[in-house]
Amino acid sequence: MTAHPGTADTAAKIVPQDVPAHASAGGTEAPVFYETKEHHAESSTMLGFWIYLMSDALIFAVLFATYGVLGRNYAAGPSPADLFDLPLIALNTALLLFSSITYGVAMLEVEKRRMGLTLFWLGVTGLFGLGFLGIELYEFHHLIEQGAGPQRSAFLSAFFALVGTHGLHVTFGIIWLVTLMFQLPKRGFIPENRRRLLCLGMFWHFLDVIWIGVFTFVYLMGVLLA
Amino acid sequence: MFSDPDVQQFIFGRLTWEAIPYHDPILLMTFVAVALGGIALLGAVTYFGKWGYLWNEWFTSVDHKKIGIMYGILAIVMLLRGFADAIMMLTQKAIAFGPNEGYLPPHHFDQVFTAHGVIMIFFFAMPLVTAVMNFVMPLQIGARDVAFPFLNNFSFWMTAGGAAITMLSLFVGEFARTGWLAYPPLSGAAYSPGVGVDYYIWGLQVAGVGTTLSGINLIATIVKMRAPGMTMMKLPVFTWTTLCTNILIVAAFPVLTATLTLLTLDRYVGTHFFTNDLGGNPMMYINLIWIWGHPEVYILILPAFGIFSEVVSTFCGKRLFGYASMVYATVVITILSYLVWLHHFFTMGSGASVNAFFGITTMIISIPTGAKIFNWLFTMYRGRIRYEVPMLWTIGFMVTFVIGGMTGVLLAVPPADFVLHNGLFLIAHFHNVIIGGVVFGLMAGINYWWPKAFGYKLDHFWGATSFWFWLTGFYFTFMPMYVLGLMGVTRRLNHFDDPSLQIWFMISTFGACLIALGIATFIIQMVVSFMRRHELRDVTGDPWQGRTLEWSTSSPPPDYNFAFTPVIHDLDAWWDMKRRGHSRPTEGYRPIHMPKNTSTGIFLSGLSTVLAFALIWYIWWLAAASFIGLLVVAIAHTFNYKRDFYIPAEEVMRSENRRNQALAAE
Amino acid sequence: MSAQSERQNTVEHHDTDDHDDAGAHHGSFKDYLIGFFLSAVLTAIPFWIVIYDVFRNPMVGAVVILIFAFVQIVVHMVYFLHLNSKSEGGWTVLALIFTSILVVITLAGSLWVMSHLDANMMPMSPAHMRSMP
Repeated sequence: MTAHPGTADTAAKIVPQDVPAHASAGGTEAPVFYETKEHHAESSTMLGFWIYLMSDALIFAVLFATYGVLGRNYAAGPSPADLFDLPLIALNTALLLFSSITYGVAMLEVEKRRMGLTLFWLGVTGLFGLGFLGIELYEFHHLIEQGAGPQRSAFLSAFFALVGTHGLHVTFGIIWLVTLMFQLPKRGFIPENRRRLLCLGMFWHFLDVIWIGVFTFVYLMGVLLA
Repeated sequence: MFSDPDVQQFIFGRLTWEAIPYHDPILLMTFVAVALGGIALLGAVTYFGKWGYLWNEWFTSVDHKKIGIMYGILAIVMLLRGFADAIMMLTQKAIAFGPNEGYLPPHHFDQVFTAHGVIMIFFFAMPLVTAVMNFVMPLQIGARDVAFPFLNNFSFWMTAGGAAITMLSLFVGEFARTGWLAYPPLSGAAYSPGVGVDYYIWGLQVAGVGTTLSGINLIATIVKMRAPGMTMMKLPVFTWTTLCTNILIVAAFPVLTATLTLLTLDRYVGTHFFTNDLGGNPMMYINLIWIWGHPEVYILILPAFGIFSEVVSTFCGKRLFGYASMVYATVVITILSYLVWLHHFFTMGSGASVNAFFGITTMIISIPTGAKIFNWLFTMYRGRIRYEVPMLWTIGFMVTFVIGGMTGVLLAVPPADFVLHNGLFLIAHFHNVIIGGVVFGLMAGINYWWPKAFGYKLDHFWGATSFWFWLTGFYFTFMPMYVLGLMGVTRRLNHFDDPSLQIWFMISTFGACLIALGIATFIIQMVVSFMRRHELRDVTGDPWQGRTLEWSTSSPPPDYNFAFTPVIHDLDAWWDMKRRGHSRPTEGYRPIHMPKNTSTGIFLSGLSTVLAFALIWYIWWLAAASFIGLLVVAIAHTFNYKRDFYIPAEEVMRSENRRNQALAAE
Repeated sequence: MSAQSERQNTVEHHDTDDHDDAGAHHGSFKDYLIGFFLSAVLTAIPFWIVIYDVFRNPMVGAVVILIFAFVQIVVHMVYFLHLNSKSEGGWTVLALIFTSILVVITLAGSLWVMSHLDANMMPMSPAHMRSMP
């Protein structure tokens, strides 16, 4: 049963022989093949989180594409011009923009290791976020009351899915923010916490970027081209 | 049980006794067999007192090697289920002619072909590919673990949770009857009101979370944790294909998640994305699902290409021919795979210009693939080829895959596709590339890296037997399907009127029996090798005269993989080290920083599975409870900052000394 | 391999990875202010264009506000996400470019494919029929 073309005998005779020309150019001294010092890989968290954000961007890409394709299918129902209240959206955009700069200020306080001010600015950021969500919920409620709920037409389905997914992200961002506001005073500005703050910051600013797409593509172009 | 139907509905949703298919003899027998097997397994674990061992050393492990092995076990179990579906379908087709209705009624047959596709792609091929990537890649780049070890464990359990949900549909309720991609409007609430499509959706969503996170994890690992000196153009080819595959995963799976979410909203909330009325467009689903679906094909095949590259250069004793062109071909395939999705629905009616564009891009993608085939051929040319089992699979692949690739180019011609669309020619084509490419690649990979994982080689005789059964079985099964497809026979039919077709289906079923023998001999191969493990033992850690870093450490590798991080000077780093006379340091060990085991992943996945079950059956209180549970466990996990520990230097020394003594005794 | 959980010589946290966030760049207060100012302007102008119907041809307006959106996204990437080609050895920018390409493929591809499909469809209703070219 062991009489198969062989590992034991033939393999042993094979010695490395395909010496590439450039490899032997380094002279006779044996190179270092092992690192005897402790090899310390730098943290992958920021890059990993960035890749996650990229994958999230593709979720939004699908939702934008769906809105792009279905966004004119009103099914004899209301169109964006009938529904969208642009000054309200402008206010909402402003809130999100303010929350971005207050988060930035919080990160500057982290640099200076000032706990109280960090927490204060994080809290302000969270409040702006809550304000944004409140207005969005008000808008949704208002639409549904008017009979323009997600079941009304493909346009409204796509609208609620896209804007709602963004809102859901903001919600999770706020939950994360609150969690960090407990963890920060408990542990201080240790590297883990600073890393988490950086990740949340990336998440928060990323949601801004998505929102730019939303207000332009959905609200402004919806009203403009309806 | 409850007199008030409202109370019953509140507690159990739409789950009733009717959902248990005790009236179906096939399912009943299966259930009895599974239950007996399960009880025997649980009993054995309890009897031998292994629960603590399993929990501490495996289930909660964050070691990429153990997680890789667990992925492999999951995949092979699911292979048996998926293959049982396949052979049921084929026997039905072989007998159901004219007056004979066969033994699978349409509603059952439809579930069987859907489950076959879903399980084979999502719960066999994907986990097995992930198994190999997870196990091998960190070893190949000289890393001690992946970038996010906890996430790795969590990803595995999410995949297992998705598999559990899919399997549960066999005994509680039903599975989708829609085909493996659940096209609406058939999969919409109007035409599939039962739980089948919901099982499908939530099984894939739970597993999809795991797949996406695992993709992020492995990309970060390759980018950040390569050993010093390992530049991108010194990466082993398998690591390159792993990188590209995971880029595809991270870029494609969100599309699947989003698309399935929209279908879910249609079914649960009553939105109109893919319905026929109120402005919905079912074709949008087909467009979106294939934006995911085509990259998925390459997610499966690229790692197989990587495996073949490693196997060919090792067993020919030569450096891989055209390393740089291999890398560029992989990258080009990665990008092009996003530009061909429409070839899955040429017949949808987008018109000549759209079809021409996607037909041409599809044909272009065969160029880098062809370049790879030539690279492997030229590596073999004048090599000292050792016909070990992995090499057998590789040669079988090269012949089979080229045939599959050529029929693929035929299908890429839109007018031809109008004739062949949804026919058995297509079925033959994609089995040709998936079995001939992905499965053969994974079998080569299992045979190749088994000694690294377990410390002994797999038995050659049973391995070769398995290979020949698979190879001949494949041709017997699928060549008749090409013929039938050209005759115009469409897929997913459970009954035929024309008796002249029957002989082809009978040949096909005979082939499936040969593949069954191939799977059986593969399992025998593993059992026999385990029994003969002392004879087959590999002490050196380098049983095949390997070329890449995974062969430089012991078999199986220690928890920390490498006592000293290797420094890389050349492609094929281990070959370079052997050739230029490296010597392993035998002192100066230092404590090694490692991640701690955690059970959070298993709890999160368990809660997700419960959440999915509750959503499938409309048990809203359970859904709310498990969702809150998920949030609580996830947040609680972030309050745990003690996630690592040091393996003391003495322990490293003990384990390295054991290896040195074993090597000296050789 | 003894159970890892038995080894309890855990470290609370180690200061060695203080360089963890070295890869990420913190903006200065000035950066945030510039970013805020720019994005406020870049938001206000499109709203003004749409609310006051500045362009007679809505298609022109649509193109203009899309350009504003694109510029604003770049501003956010630079001033808030502190993206530059050096962070993480260029991998973040590479990932962003790759993702942007895929986003464009997904969006433009879907719109192109589905609009051709619509154009080739049989009219489904008399109303639809009337609007056919």
